[in-house]
Amino acid sequence: MPLVTFLEAIKQALFEEMAADPSVVLIGEDVGVYGGAFKTSEGLLEKFGWERVIDTPISESAIIGAACGMSYMGLRPVAEMQFIDFIACCFNQLTNFVAKGHYLWNAPAPIVVRGPSGGGVHGGPFHSLNPEMYFLHTPGFKIVYPSTPYDAKGLLKASIRDNNPVLFFEHKFLYRRIKEEIPAGDYTVPIGKAVVRREGKHLTILSYAAMMHTSLEAADALARQEGIEAEVIDLRTLLPLDEETILQSVKKTNKCLVVHEDTKTGGIAGEIAAILAEKAFHDLDGPLVRVTSLDTPVPYAPTLEEAFLPNAQKVFTAAKELANF
Amino acid sequence: MAFSPLRSGGIAPYSLRVCRREIHSGASLDFPRTGLKIEDRTPGDTPTMPATETAAKRKLSRQQYLDLYYYMRLNREVEDTMTKLFRQNKIVGGLYASLGQEGVSVGSAYALEKRDWMAPMIRNIGALLVKGVPPRDIFTQHMAKFTSPTKGKDGTSHFGDLENLHIVSPISMLGDLIPVMTGVAMAGRYLGQKIVSMTWIGDGGSSTGVFHEGMNLAASQKAAFVLILENNQWAYSTPVRRQVPIENLADRAKAYGIASYIVDGNDVVAMYCTAKEAVDRARAGEGPILIEAKTFRRRGHAQHDPAEYVPKEQLEHWEKRDPIALYETFLTKEKLLDAKSKKETEDRIATLLEKEREFAENSPMPPAETVATGVYCTGDECHKIAPKWERPVNELLPPKSSVKPVWTVEGFGTGRSSARGDAPIHFGDVTPAAAAEKQAAAAPPAKTPAESLAPPNGKPPANSSATSAAKKPAPAAAKATLRGKARR
Repeated sequence: MPLVTFLEAIKQALFEEMAADPSVVLIGEDVGVYGGAFKTSEGLLEKFGWERVIDTPISESAIIGAACGMSYMGLRPVAEMQFIDFIACCFNQLTNFVAKGHYLWNAPAPIVVRGPSGGGVHGGPFHSLNPEMYFLHTPGFKIVYPSTPYDAKGLLKASIRDNNPVLFFEHKFLYRRIKEEIPAGDYTVPIGKAVVRREGKHLTILSYAAMMHTSLEAADALARQEGIEAEVIDLRTLLPLDEETILQSVKKTNKCLVVHEDTKTGGIAGEIAAILAEKAFHDLDGPLVRVTSLDTPVPYAPTLEEAFLPNAQKVFTAAKELANF
Repeated sequence: MAFSPLRSGGIAPYSLRVCRREIHSGASLDFPRTGLKIEDRTPGDTPTMPATETAAKRKLSRQQYLDLYYYMRLNREVEDTMTKLFRQNKIVGGLYASLGQEGVSVGSAYALEKRDWMAPMIRNIGALLVKGVPPRDIFTQHMAKFTSPTKGKDGTSHFGDLENLHIVSPISMLGDLIPVMTGVAMAGRYLGQKIVSMTWIGDGGSSTGVFHEGMNLAASQKAAFVLILENNQWAYSTPVRRQVPIENLADRAKAYGIASYIVDGNDVVAMYCTAKEAVDRARAGEGPILIEAKTFRRRGHAQHDPAEYVPKEQLEHWEKRDPIALYETFLTKEKLLDAKSKKETEDRIATLLEKEREFAENSPMPPAETVATGVYCTGDECHKIAPKWERPVNELLPPKSSVKPVWTVEGFGTGRSSARGDAPIHFGDVTPAAAAEKQAAAAPPAKTPAESLAPPNGKPPANSSATSAAKKPAPAAAKATLRGKARR
């Protein structure tokens, strides 16, 4: 199997879905001739033409609005945010129009909104966002945040084929930094299913996207240096959340650490803490611990960003403390 | 200041009026049939045609004339029935009247074909009726009944029908329907369907950001989209003169490079003929068209609002110009309507609405256990997503779909622009004056702001010391007009 980057996996998914289904179109800023700011759509215009790869004005609301209108006509548009931070510009269009349509008037909107998210690349406060929690609170969306090339391809394909609006976040730190052997042909990864990346018995570490790799790194160090076996779970989909896999693991390890790159207050760790308090209270032998970014905007200077983000050392320390609780 | 039907009398001249004068001066636009007069217009300022001229050219069939009458009367009677229901406490939420605006909703929607798509706003009950929505749907929606199109999950005109009637539901946030209906039109063209999409927006909603984004996308995509800008003079309690410094909202079309019309919205024939012409032109591929319909909201924003802020004389003026009364006079004069046929229409509507109202009143409220259903589409058994192709699909797949991915920009580099011909062009071009100055200075091109920033390590770029020493400071004018690609 060929070794591909995260970026290449995204490109493959787009290419294959567009080749298989003419109702899939791509719409966004600079996605056509330029091939996207991160080159995720490079070569698509060449193959599929102007009607299917649509360069738009800098109008995020209009991009989402048009994608929504297209989906009402039976198309499956993929709308790109050049940087996911700009998704704030179409917040109303997404939360009030797209997400509510099926519940209110029986109108499914099979669109995928995807774009590069996350920090660690010195993108500064407006090019480093993790926007998942702005939308997790809105019923009607599915939210996908993969961590590996295999999942990126399989989940993007599943998202395009889903009849609901899917917010698909691509952590740009991973774009070219990780490679994986993935099947060249068609496969999907189901939305709403977490996966155990590393088995363990002393504590559960829940994570996703770039922090999944940080968590794995910390887990390896914990095993090597402290003999602590952490079970690392990659959530992959944040909405709907795979509660079953989480509860199963916590039942086994009795301790839970959540690691996310999103800021702490109102981050998904809080939601998971509530779920565990409701459904696994008697299984817990320690407090739920959070390792997250700080409650500030994402700072620009490398020294500040490093202090802002979680890292393997911070995860290691917190996990060790929890395991010994 | 003299009274004008389009201005609220109580308001002092707006300070931006001077600005407006520079744009529009001189000629006026008359609508002789209904007596509407719009002042301060430069002929040819926008490609605008008084709709009465068009109407004179277009001959409607007897049936069409009578249809327009029927739907306007039905529109009003449906709303009168709902007002009674509201007073009986049977309407769950708000009730938003379109009294006096029936000509706009009915005349414009009547220009659409069955295959066309529309998205009504809150005061477009008439458009829903014309497109084929039965009055019971409107009653049950307002009464939050389980039999309503949304099964009680939303109220008012907030419902749609993707499958048969091709109606997209509005949301309360104004302007959002413009890009959505642009997307509908784009998808229609993509699928090979010869459809037109239409939506409405008020003078108030035309100030939203998404109005601009949507209109610009529609224009740049040449979408077969018609926007009815229903200028009813009031956005809740704020008169249009306090919202925008221009007299005619249709003038905005010029900025999008699209065609526009101004029409007397209280003249249903003019409204229909203008909308028909716009729909035909959009369908023929001319791109989006904006129609400003001058009309008046004769009730408050909703039932709770007595609209005491509206000057009495303005209201009286427009009450005399009731679209249904005007049309009855016209039909009688043209011998299309007499006392007998009028009575027949009234009886027909009364019988229908009695039945529909009873159905709605006797319908149950939604059972509480349905509250958590329908957040997600559960798959093909819930909705089969199937586009209706009316063109060969293989045109959209390689190798037929493959293209050479380069931009061809007509006129690029000639210095011509849509404005005067001296506007700077992207990517470091300068105005002719600045270019001449630059040439005279014979200096190397000034740096873009990005280039002139010191690199992170604080050292100047390796090759820059010699250049900057030899270089004269760039002329200020050239600096000011330089354009880098503005990007975030």
